[in-house]
Amino acid sequence: MTFITSYHIFIKEFVSEFRTRYALNALLMFVVTTLSIILFSIGKESPTQDILSGTLWIVIFFSAMSGLSRTFVAEEERGTSMTLRLLVNSSSVYIGKLFYNFILILVLSVIIGISYLLFIKEFTVKSFDIFWMTIFLGSAGLASASTILAAIIAKANTKGTLFPVLAFPILLPLLLTCINATKLSTEGAFMSEAVKEFQILISFTVVMVATSFLVFDFVWKD
Amino acid sequence: MKMWLKISVSVWITGIIIAGIAFPMVRGPHTWYEFPFIPGLEEKARNIIFHVPISWATVVAFIMSMYYGSMYLRKKDMDYDLRSVSSASLGLLLCVLATLTGAVWAKFNWGSFWNWDPRQTSIFILLLIYGAYFVLRSAIDEEERRATLSSVYSIIAGVTVPFFIFVMPRIMSGLHPGSLGDEQGKGPVLEFKMATNMLMVFFASLIGFTVLYFWMYTLKVRLMRIERHVQQITETE
Repeated sequence: MTFITSYHIFIKEFVSEFRTRYALNALLMFVVTTLSIILFSIGKESPTQDILSGTLWIVIFFSAMSGLSRTFVAEEERGTSMTLRLLVNSSSVYIGKLFYNFILILVLSVIIGISYLLFIKEFTVKSFDIFWMTIFLGSAGLASASTILAAIIAKANTKGTLFPVLAFPILLPLLLTCINATKLSTEGAFMSEAVKEFQILISFTVVMVATSFLVFDFVWKD
Repeated sequence: MKMWLKISVSVWITGIIIAGIAFPMVRGPHTWYEFPFIPGLEEKARNIIFHVPISWATVVAFIMSMYYGSMYLRKKDMDYDLRSVSSASLGLLLCVLATLTGAVWAKFNWGSFWNWDPRQTSIFILLLIYGAYFVLRSAIDEEERRATLSSVYSIIAGVTVPFFIFVMPRIMSGLHPGSLGDEQGKGPVLEFKMATNMLMVFFASLIGFTVLYFWMYTLKVRLMRIERHVQQITETE
């Protein structure tokens, strides 16, 4: 029962997104803007791979921050959260929104990753398996922590600025591990060398999803 | 807290401060009050008696805040929220103290106040978590909603803390004992290689600061209860 309703929530998110295309368009423009700022600031310099792996995750983090907070805030703004609360149980709302966020941030990070590889010549990835695996697991981790935080800030008064403030300390272990793994991929490491990083990313996501699943009810029913 | 406990805590902590600062450090100690001279650390080793217990009390305050947050979610009693905030505000104070004592020690042992060692990163993140917690609280007007959401946030932040304490120092190279590359002090719980009398003072200090935290905590809770009571009276009039 929960799975069917979560699937419906998931589909509903996509339908309402494609009706306006607000988030997608805004996020794509956000990516273009930040990437061009990075390109301008690099100029004729040749930054190291370490700095470039750091900036890649800065771009992904802030685009996730501006995109993922929408899911619950939009629900409150449109005044549809009450209906949703009446119709389905809270765990299916959580699972549906989590998967929608995950797909959204995954598409976004893949776009960022591809354009990063295309436009920044100094950034050379030698082991692509590690690079794409990091993007995949990093997106899962970002989505897992931001879904519950988005639900929290949807109830607060100042929604916009609060989200990155709340998310940053929680997401920092994830971001540092992602930056480490990206560095490994630029150094041409083998998959076996990055297993430690992937283990951390997976355990972070599992811990986050499990905890949020337990406490989501309190936030949603409040 | 009972009167005798307050007096004994005061005497206890005074004793620790005297012992920590005034006991001489000599090569080859003979009597019970002489600390051994540790090459590389020298007189700076005294800081372990203050810095580590304060950091420990910070974590205790954080766990207490999280515990009372989850108790609020279960019982929906505003008194638990009050305890959670009291512990968090004390934790913020202790966290600042731990950061400062650590930074001073880092300056004289490692050369600069801040080196982004994994443990320094963790205490910085703990500061950010406390900051975010109080920002979140100030952003919500309704009392019960504020209590619920901040409790949820402290739980969500609490589950990431093991990643800082146990995972990060293992994958990043650092300067604290127990970091990656430090063969002697591996493992999440450090092996204590201090001299016996120094170890005694150290553990006495751990106990002392923990009890001091609970004393301050009970005072803070009583103060906040009175404040809330006064507020309720002025609202009804």
